[in-house]
Amino acid sequence: MRYEAPETIDAAVALLGSVGRARPLAGGTDLLVQLRAGIVEPDLIVDLKKLPGLRTIAKEKGGFRIGAAVTGAELREHPDLRKVWPGVVEAANLIGSTQIQGRASLGGNLCNASPAADSVPALIAAGATVTIIGPGGQRELAVEAVASGPGKTILAKGEFVTSIFLPARPPRSADAYLRFIPRTEMDIAVVGCGVSLTLDQSGTCTAARVALGAVAERALLVAEAGAALIGSKLDAAAFEKLIAAARKACRPIDDKRGTKVFRIDIAGVLAQRTATIAAERARGQK
Amino acid sequence: MNDIPLAGTAPKAELKWVGTRGPRPDGLDKVTGRARYGADFRLPGMLVGRVLRSPHAHARIRGIDISKAAALPGVKAIVTRDDFRDMPSEFVPAGEMMVNYRDIVRNVMAREKALYEGHPVAAVAATSASIAREALSLIKVDYEVLPHVIDAAEAMRADAPLLDETMITAGVDPAPTKPSNVAKRMEFSTGDLKAGFAQADFVIERSFATKPVHQGYLEPHACLASVNEAGQAELWCTTQGHFVVRTHCAKLLDMEMSQIRVIATEIGGGFGGKTVVYLEPLALALSSKSKRPVKMVMTREEVFLSTGPTSGAHMKVKIGVRKDGKITAAEAELIYEAGAFQGSPVGPGCMCAFAPYEIENARVIGYDVISNRPKVAAYRAPGAPISEYAVECVIDELAQKLGLDPVEFRLKNGAKAGTRALYGPKFGPIGLVATLEAAKNHPHYSAPLGPNQGRGVASGFWFNIGGESCASLHINEDGSVTLMIGTPDIGGSRASMALMAAETLGIDVAHVRTLIADTDSIGYTFLTGGSRATFATGMATVDAAKAAIRQLCARAAKIWEISEDAVVWEDGHAKPAGQNAATFPPMSLAELAGKAGKTGGPISGHAEINAQGAGPSFGTHIVDVEVDKETGRVDIKRYTVIQDAGKAVHPGYVEGQFQGGAAQGVGWALNEEYVYGADGKLQNAGFLDYRMPVTSDLPMIDTVIVEIPNPAHPFGVRGVGETPIVPPMAAIANAISRAIGTRLCELPMSPPKVLKAMQAHKANGG
Repeated sequence: MRYEAPETIDAAVALLGSVGRARPLAGGTDLLVQLRAGIVEPDLIVDLKKLPGLRTIAKEKGGFRIGAAVTGAELREHPDLRKVWPGVVEAANLIGSTQIQGRASLGGNLCNASPAADSVPALIAAGATVTIIGPGGQRELAVEAVASGPGKTILAKGEFVTSIFLPARPPRSADAYLRFIPRTEMDIAVVGCGVSLTLDQSGTCTAARVALGAVAERALLVAEAGAALIGSKLDAAAFEKLIAAARKACRPIDDKRGTKVFRIDIAGVLAQRTATIAAERARGQK
Repeated sequence: MNDIPLAGTAPKAELKWVGTRGPRPDGLDKVTGRARYGADFRLPGMLVGRVLRSPHAHARIRGIDISKAAALPGVKAIVTRDDFRDMPSEFVPAGEMMVNYRDIVRNVMAREKALYEGHPVAAVAATSASIAREALSLIKVDYEVLPHVIDAAEAMRADAPLLDETMITAGVDPAPTKPSNVAKRMEFSTGDLKAGFAQADFVIERSFATKPVHQGYLEPHACLASVNEAGQAELWCTTQGHFVVRTHCAKLLDMEMSQIRVIATEIGGGFGGKTVVYLEPLALALSSKSKRPVKMVMTREEVFLSTGPTSGAHMKVKIGVRKDGKITAAEAELIYEAGAFQGSPVGPGCMCAFAPYEIENARVIGYDVISNRPKVAAYRAPGAPISEYAVECVIDELAQKLGLDPVEFRLKNGAKAGTRALYGPKFGPIGLVATLEAAKNHPHYSAPLGPNQGRGVASGFWFNIGGESCASLHINEDGSVTLMIGTPDIGGSRASMALMAAETLGIDVAHVRTLIADTDSIGYTFLTGGSRATFATGMATVDAAKAAIRQLCARAAKIWEISEDAVVWEDGHAKPAGQNAATFPPMSLAELAGKAGKTGGPISGHAEINAQGAGPSFGTHIVDVEVDKETGRVDIKRYTVIQDAGKAVHPGYVEGQFQGGAAQGVGWALNEEYVYGADGKLQNAGFLDYRMPVTSDLPMIDTVIVEIPNPAHPFGVRGVGETPIVPPMAAIANAISRAIGTRLCELPMSPPKVLKAMQAHKANGG
């Protein structure tokens, strides 16, 4: 097994396309575990951390461009990001322990393509896009289009994610992320939910996106759940519709972490609780 | 933390060291990384040992072809079933235990069949980990996969796959003619059950189920074995009983005990799970073949697949009471899973089930059932937490039915000195009532509860044991003291031994250092388990200190040229026994030690004992939970452990034992379980998905040490390590039932189950 840490994007693309079993490495918090368990046996590991822009957070068009290898701890410590996108930051900060936070990245969490990845529903709700580079050049994609199933992405051979873009926000916008785990820490989401919404001056919801994790083969954008909130004052009737839409979208499995029935139940509960937090945050802005 | 000295129980003499909270002698090395655990030992030329494990839950092994692996450069030895002699099926003494070597030899290395996923099939020693791994992949095992059975209730069915085609249920008269997975039936009874239930105004009967749970020690099993050309072996291993390791290894490998020296390393948790052998005989066999040292360390996955846990169970409990709150009769049926080989702790489960109560008419029937999962190992108070969980839930429900406070109901029926236990003996002085009184008077018990919260109470009992222990106490030339014992320290026993030695000798504990001696350096000492170390090895320590004192007095007598009986030992000094004896100034231990060379040579004290008179320990736990009504998630808000320690030699460690038991009990109650697929394979062999509590899941656990001295021990010690795991499951179940208005009778009470119970209760108009 070979390890390379190229310093240019072109070199990284060339390396990843050159060998049959090549794997990109950001924080490595998933890859190293898979290596140790014998799940993957790559011939080449390409460390992306030395590539330009992969480890920086930059303001762009009123939004944020986050390098794919930026860690959870760096997201938390950024002076502005947390104020504008608290839900994305709190989601990323639920991944693993303090030690893991120093390594685990948004790009890795997305491309590992676990249906239970914590940051992904938050990014989907946020309307985030990713920049992908590869032998065929560069392309942009919505976050919800990246994973295609457990452990699978639409990335072609040699392609990798360089950055994630969080767009500019209108006033009175906020997001939130909640996950359900039986413990308080060190666990994998049984259900995860991200909500991002915008209110007008009267408190009416003008935009809303709701995403669910761990209830399908990949994280889902639930358009009907967002629609249930838009045009409402986020009252009980709207929440009832939200809960129903969230539950309807679930197509979970029974596994060691939870049952189908339980996941569907909890998806509704979390959608309401997450939307409530996002709404409180949006109302809190003057 | 409150220590409650109870009236009339204060020790007669003022104690200077016993009962103090000095620094932990093991603490510094543990927190700085110096402590050497099982995996920390290395020798020149050391090989890496790895185990090939069955991928099947149940399979006949038709053949094992090691030729390709043996030909791989770097492979120095391979062992399979052919390297171990078969043993007859009989229970024989091994130290103080009765064990069946037919089963032990099969558990360390599969013979006819692989009986669980992870069952060892071969082991390899190679010059590197990667070569060892490759060698395992080159071993070809010809399996005939057989139907498997995981759950004990299913294993009892007539059409269940048989693990052992020769197993005829013991304890049934006449003996069954057909084999089954039921290894044994047992029964304990007293009084007239029918008449007892006839007197009852209310009878409650419930069925319960619990899941196997792992001890969850942080340190995986690890050892380093070195056998030379003359067959002399050294073995470093993480264990609760290195003498027991020696016994088993000598038997399994046909070696003389004198040829095996076992050194107990620092231990990273055991909880009963490190009282058996897994890797040790394999490492010795590999080293014996290769004539090179062989180190073996399990991965966490291997720990889950092939070691521990304690039993899962199916139980029925029926208790009858009169309106005045007196229990008239009690009955239980307990089915315990043993794993792949017989020997679940259903016996102690039966004996403990009703032990906290005075019940005239009672019967407990137990079944020991095998199935395709790892053989169970001891886990703190083996068997007791399971049966007492079921009983304590019914006790709580009866209290509700009678409209009685659950502590009052227990006080009405609680065992006390003179109560005859269902399993035979009459209790001496015991502390159940004292713990219940302390619970009633604790501020926790009357604190207000918030919304969605409930408070639960449960009591627990464990026998505790004594047994064989040795101690050697050496007085060094400078007056410091080296104390050697044979019970590995899993819970602070080095500290308590030092305190008891210092107290007896009358010197500062800072001058006493306790070491765990290897099997060649001290006499046979049974393992650390049964909460026996501080009790039994503590007695040996006191005896050894007294033996040293006799020597010290004799040396003073020699110096003073008076008779030995004219010298007494007080406060760390030899003194003439009164005016008539002589008027010499007292001589300190250090002075006498400095002159030892001129007065007869080195001074040591030894004791080799079989400690009798272990005192049972009772505990009562109070817990507050908050239930999330929408998700079924349970939060532990407040927890208080009250337990009779007899005498807390080092109260800090005693409190640690109380807190640790409660913490493990929270996991057992709420989330811990093995998840098996339809293929009989374990799906959650790791700490990520085997959900033990993490620190943030627990409140600070409050403790109350009750001290009802055990008259058999010089300082009143009972032993405290096991009782704390007995009450938590019922206490938490009782708290949840009071929070949600309906009762769960199955562990773990994980969110999906709690949510379902609440939804069913609501649907039924609750």
